[in-house]
Amino acid sequence: MAKPIAQYFDDVRETRVWRSIFRSGTGASTLHRALAIQQNVFLHLLSTKVRRRMLSFSATWYLGTLTFGTFLILVATGVLLMLYYHPSVPQAYADTKDLQFVVSSGLFLRNLHRWSAHAMVFLVFAHMFKVFYRGAYRAPREFNWVVGIILLLVTLLLSYTGYLLPWDQLAYWAITVGSNIASAVPLMGNKIHFLLLGGNAVNANALLRFYVLHCMILPLAAIFFIAIHFWRIRKDGGLYAHQSEPATARAQAAAKEAR
Amino acid sequence: MAEEKHVHTEDGADLKRREFFARLGLGSLGIAAAGTVAFGYQFLSPNVLYEPSPIINAGKPESYPLDSVTLDANSAIYIVHSKEGFFALSAVCTHLGCLTAWKPDLGIIACPCHGSKFNREGEKIAGPAPRPLPWKRVWLSDDGDLMVDRSTDIRPMQFVSV
Repeated sequence: MAKPIAQYFDDVRETRVWRSIFRSGTGASTLHRALAIQQNVFLHLLSTKVRRRMLSFSATWYLGTLTFGTFLILVATGVLLMLYYHPSVPQAYADTKDLQFVVSSGLFLRNLHRWSAHAMVFLVFAHMFKVFYRGAYRAPREFNWVVGIILLLVTLLLSYTGYLLPWDQLAYWAITVGSNIASAVPLMGNKIHFLLLGGNAVNANALLRFYVLHCMILPLAAIFFIAIHFWRIRKDGGLYAHQSEPATARAQAAAKEAR
Repeated sequence: MAEEKHVHTEDGADLKRREFFARLGLGSLGIAAAGTVAFGYQFLSPNVLYEPSPIINAGKPESYPLDSVTLDANSAIYIVHSKEGFFALSAVCTHLGCLTAWKPDLGIIACPCHGSKFNREGEKIAGPAPRPLPWKRVWLSDDGDLMVDRSTDIRPMQFVSV
């Protein structure tokens, strides 16, 4: 008699190696399932218990999760693109062309990176509209709205810095115009322009600075604030679901009593 | 717990020792923070720039026919040969830094980015540009070449005769 497949999984979970990695132990009890989330370094930011209605499609349209999904795609494809891209003036444009026409799957990865970037900007705005029109930004979630604004800015800066990297005419003049807008800041505008580009014009220093910002500084900032964003969902009482809000519950109870 | 000791400061105020050390610590942190800002600013400002020289050699004046406007796209300079003489005009739009183009059929300089238009002397005709295109210093080298210093703006209507 063959064992059922579920039994094999249970056997694996009982092994010494598994138990050494996952401290929460085995079992299907609510406690064990909660511990599996709470004691996992990747999942501990999330709520251990979630109301079913908070996970319904209508509550969030899953816009925040989808945004995070595009971010993961961008990290994965971006790291791969970095293996063939040199951030230097003689090579950047040629490397971009190589990625499109020479590197195996390069065209696919570059297009996936580009389309995911567009999708991420769209989803961030859609997520914000959804949160705004449902009133989910109100107390106690005010700070998470602010963190969301920071993440919006990081997303836009990631788009802007990534735009220069192909080093074509579109990129060059877009960054020329964009960096000149920074010059319009009163008093220190020209200094900001100089620091941003590492020179007086869009050139080798600007390309390198935008590359470092795009591939190191801004993604790290994004990960940092995404962690806070997720953690605050848990701390602020889970995802916003109108029927589950304390105020709504109190009003409903009062209406029931009055009847 | 031991009784807190008091130190006497010069202005006569009594400070608890703990308060004194707290202020000392905060002051040191403030100085360190200011130093970090200064360090960061200096580090991010390049001391040497490997940018092209602002002085360019535009070649022999004879290569520019009378009443012509010639764009050198690499140096972003117009060499204009008018009846009054030669002059050099920046080709960088004063709005947001795009490279403008000379339209010979219309006799104007036009920016492709946001539609600013200038006449041959660099004065704005239309569009969002806040300032006219600046004139640049022009002189003749010992070899008789036209030289332009792109880093030096001059007052308009200063022509170089050959």
